[in-house]
Amino acid sequence: MLSLSRKDLISLVIFAAVVVAMPLWLAPFGAAYPGLMQKFAIAAIFAIGFNILFGLTGYLSFGHAAFLGVGSYTTVWTFKLLGMEILPAIIFAIIVAGLFSLIIGYFSLRRTGIYFSILTLAFAQMSYSLAYSVLTPITNGETGLLLARGDPRVLDMAFGNQVDGAGLPFPTLFGMELGGYGGFYLCAVVLILSFFISQKIFASPFGMALRSIKSNQMRMSYTGFDIKPYLLTAFVISGMFAGLAGALMSVTDPLAGAERMKWTESGNVVLMTILGGVGTLFGPVIGAWLIEYFENIFSAINYNMLNGFFGFLPDGVRDVAVTVSSKFVGEGWHLTLGLLFVVVVVFLPGGVMEGVRRLSAYFKDRTGRTPEPVTKASAAE
Amino acid sequence: MSDLKRGISRRRVIKTGMAGILATGVSPLIISKGAWAQEFCNNPEVTGKAVFGFNVPLTGPYTEEGLDSLNGYQLAVKHINGEGDGGILKTLKPLALEGNGVLGKKIEFVTGDTQTNTDVARDGARRMIERDGAVVVTGSVTSGEAIAQQALCQEMGVIYMSGLTHSNDTTGKDKRRYGFRHFFNAYQSGVAIAPFLAAEYGNERRAYHLTADYTWGWTQEESIKNATEALGWETVNAVRTPLGAGDYSQFLTPVLNSGADVLILNHYGLDMVNSLPQAVQFGLRDRQVNGKQFEIVVPMFSELMAVGAGEAVRGIIGTSNWQWGLEDEGTKAFTTSYGSEYGVPPSQAAHTSYVQAILYADAVQRAGTFYPPEVIRALEGFEFDGAGNGPTLYRDADHQCFKEVLVVRGNENPTSNFDVLNVIGQTSREEVIYDPSIFGGELGPYEPNQC
Amino acid sequence: MNVFLTQLLNGLDKGGAYALIALGLTLVFGTLGVVNFAHGALFMLGCFCAVAFRYLLTIETVTIDPEQLSPWGAPLEVKTPVIQAWLGDFGAVLVDYSVPISILLAVPLMLLIGIAMERGLIKHFYKRTHAEQILVTFGLAIVLAEIVKTFFGPNPIPQPIPTALRGAADVGSWLGFAPHAITYPWWRLIYLMFSGVVIAGVFAFLQFTTYGMVVRAGMADREAVSILGINIDRRFTVVFGLAAVVAGVAGVMYTPLLAPNYMLGMDFLVLSFVVVVVGGMGSLGGAVAAGFLLGILQSFASMNEVRAIFPGIDQVIIYLVAVVILLVRPRGLMGRRGVMEG
Repeated sequence: MLSLSRKDLISLVIFAAVVVAMPLWLAPFGAAYPGLMQKFAIAAIFAIGFNILFGLTGYLSFGHAAFLGVGSYTTVWTFKLLGMEILPAIIFAIIVAGLFSLIIGYFSLRRTGIYFSILTLAFAQMSYSLAYSVLTPITNGETGLLLARGDPRVLDMAFGNQVDGAGLPFPTLFGMELGGYGGFYLCAVVLILSFFISQKIFASPFGMALRSIKSNQMRMSYTGFDIKPYLLTAFVISGMFAGLAGALMSVTDPLAGAERMKWTESGNVVLMTILGGVGTLFGPVIGAWLIEYFENIFSAINYNMLNGFFGFLPDGVRDVAVTVSSKFVGEGWHLTLGLLFVVVVVFLPGGVMEGVRRLSAYFKDRTGRTPEPVTKASAAE
Repeated sequence: MSDLKRGISRRRVIKTGMAGILATGVSPLIISKGAWAQEFCNNPEVTGKAVFGFNVPLTGPYTEEGLDSLNGYQLAVKHINGEGDGGILKTLKPLALEGNGVLGKKIEFVTGDTQTNTDVARDGARRMIERDGAVVVTGSVTSGEAIAQQALCQEMGVIYMSGLTHSNDTTGKDKRRYGFRHFFNAYQSGVAIAPFLAAEYGNERRAYHLTADYTWGWTQEESIKNATEALGWETVNAVRTPLGAGDYSQFLTPVLNSGADVLILNHYGLDMVNSLPQAVQFGLRDRQVNGKQFEIVVPMFSELMAVGAGEAVRGIIGTSNWQWGLEDEGTKAFTTSYGSEYGVPPSQAAHTSYVQAILYADAVQRAGTFYPPEVIRALEGFEFDGAGNGPTLYRDADHQCFKEVLVVRGNENPTSNFDVLNVIGQTSREEVIYDPSIFGGELGPYEPNQC
Repeated sequence: MNVFLTQLLNGLDKGGAYALIALGLTLVFGTLGVVNFAHGALFMLGCFCAVAFRYLLTIETVTIDPEQLSPWGAPLEVKTPVIQAWLGDFGAVLVDYSVPISILLAVPLMLLIGIAMERGLIKHFYKRTHAEQILVTFGLAIVLAEIVKTFFGPNPIPQPIPTALRGAADVGSWLGFAPHAITYPWWRLIYLMFSGVVIAGVFAFLQFTTYGMVVRAGMADREAVSILGINIDRRFTVVFGLAAVVAGVAGVMYTPLLAPNYMLGMDFLVLSFVVVVVGGMGSLGGAVAAGFLLGILQSFASMNEVRAIFPGIDQVIIYLVAVVILLVRPRGLMGRRGVMEG
């Protein structure tokens, strides 16, 4: 049940080491603070889950943000109604997101290709619009669902865990308040678990079945193989991952907003997965980290920082350097992101993982070993 | 400091006394001003720097407002640090700042892009607090952003000074001890605009509301409805429109034959930039209904929206927080200072941001410490003048500023993009003041949490 | 009755806009098989053709008068419009009609942009996966938007309707209703007619010219056409250029209704995809039909009477209709079998 192939085990160990060591290796990049590292872990979980659907079956969902949002709302509501303990909140979020994706998946999977994509998009956009407006009593609309001192918190009250002082309660894990780094390590552990699960799915007969659906759906059907349950299972699993990611967002920062369900958020996870490499284990994680990094760090670079950075240059040259580079950071960070997309996809078909593969093939070549046969990462249609 | 727990909050430090402090392994910092342990998030005495975090949208639909705010903030930093001509430091009374930074420390700043998205805004605020050591976070262009950030800042024990946020909730239902608002709100808009509507359009009008379908829109609709119905106006209908609808034709045509003679657009930003010109194109303002000229009112205005709406805005009445054309000393000082720095006059976004940064710095100087509860107490109930809006009070009960509210009208013959609005009157501070309990909410504790 | 008629007019007007935007996309998406996420950006570029044209017409010579200061403390700038100074009244007329006239600028410019895009980037992606097409075109869309932002700033830039075409037409009196029962803005009527003309033009081009016939053949079976010795690639370049032009002129004429800013493309992107897919992949007629259907249903869903029964229906109507149609009809309204289904 828990066994892994030797190759997968090595991957898992390396992955776990990289994730846990984030505070160390992210420091030189200016990203080693809990808020962003939590986001790194959460976005990676979201992308890993998305990749189970898109990477394996080739079904491109444009509505996964809906499950993210549902997970968040469920978490905050559990905090409000039951209590500040994290585990029940996360479990509820996964269950509700799973049910939600079961309904949406049941209908959307009746169609294939672009028709499927637009169906998922439509369901998600409906959820977003309603959450922003008509459903405000449940979602608190524009402002987002926040905790309040007056919340019932039935379980907390029953166990006498009153809020002390005059402040708001904090989410707790077995009674322990989670701070910045605590929140990060929680997310990190969940991320490593998610990676492990994704490895298991990739290697399982179920994963094989999904892959064969991707490569030739027609033939699968002709062999008398009922593909629908497989697809639906994959859809629900990836929806539950999204719910988990949404839950963690609300655990580390108890708020749930409708914007999490918007199509841009769905688009984001699509881009993360493609950028990193569809259908690969590491790809979605790398893509998620890249995009989060640009969004959070590049956007925060301003003139002052650039002036400091280019401080070693003589005045005239520095001004030119600062003016030119300022177009790509701060308010211009979108430009860099757009160029990154274009460059990666032009030079590295198959995303960043393709680059990694080429690089390793190159080194293996130089050390005189025969390169592995090239298996082109083929993404979904 | 224990990493796994959310630190030991000050309230517990006090509760458990010295034992608690020693248990956390952090030696208390005793500052001359007080004998208590001043242990709080990003204490400049510990970090050695005083960092302000400016969190505004640099991408997305409100980029222009964001960039203007950022200009205002950067100018404020200059003036606080004693560079430039000093701006409102010359006119602000009372004033504790000495033009050499705050408490002898030069101010540094960091910036972030909120993308007008609450999640991203909170991420940015966390970056400023956790990575950059910001001692205060400021900036917003929507109420969603402001409320989300001030809730976060309360939890992290960092003061948040909001930028543009007009919803009653910011200092009402969702107010926070660590959040402060200089900008006016929807309630004040309603009270301020009512006498001018009565004077211009009479007491017997039938109003039709088009309202952006989210929290801010609802609070404004309610406030304006109450104010106009008190005048004797009748509300024919109030229709909700989806945020970012773009084309409003399907909502505008029913207005034509509804029997209404005033259209009130509770729209902000791009919504208003699109809905107002479209309403004019439908010929609403050329119509006679009930024997009266049909009128359009946009209760909440900004210069940038007025520029975006183009010619349609001419003659339209609304309210504004501030306008660079005002005649008082504070406005003149700020406008000249901003104009010579950037070559254009400041918008109200730039103004409120600038003032908020100065007010925070001044409060720290008066408190003699960066310790948030002391700074909060210095801001609460602070009465000042010379910041551009006449005598102003930072009310302690809800952290809302009370000052004159401007009633403006779209300029019929603008000579440039900078004089699209004319001030036609001011509603005095006494008239726009209200009982804080009507909006409910709870400020929460003074004691800071650890970040 | 006249409430119903005005909403029908609204719906037709909206539908015209949707159909026009979707038409260009379905040419590239449904027929060339490229998932073009930059289509919204093309629409946005069209809008900015109008903005740029007006900028050119209203160029002013600026002389700085160091003696005087503006009210905000900067040296006073004295501006004189150049075109009016040269051309007098004719210049004023040009400025007044800048939006419709800028179509003359937009057509060649958008054709150029479209061809450059196809030759420079898209043509390498015909055989690549859809995922890669999404990434590259989305990246391109972001870059285009950022470039526009650099030149024109982020605030929306309103474009006025020519003076003679402002105000509303008394449509009701044409149909025998009482005067002022149904009035509708002239510009919206013009837009409706304009979209009709463009749609008809594109159909005629594909239907009645040899060129169009080859393109249609190429869409149906690319390989067979190449075997016949016809250079289908060059024709596909033209199709892409045509799509860009259609998106562009749709944008130009839309500017008076919606002040353009650099984000506009993203707002229309999702909508145009929904319209195309609801219409059915690979069907021009389907896209047009879907555009009008969605426009009309959206208008009726916004009526107070309807909203009283189904609260929030106006928020979701487009997506609701999309879901219903796609569940009832497997390939949208008129989709061709096998296009983008795999």
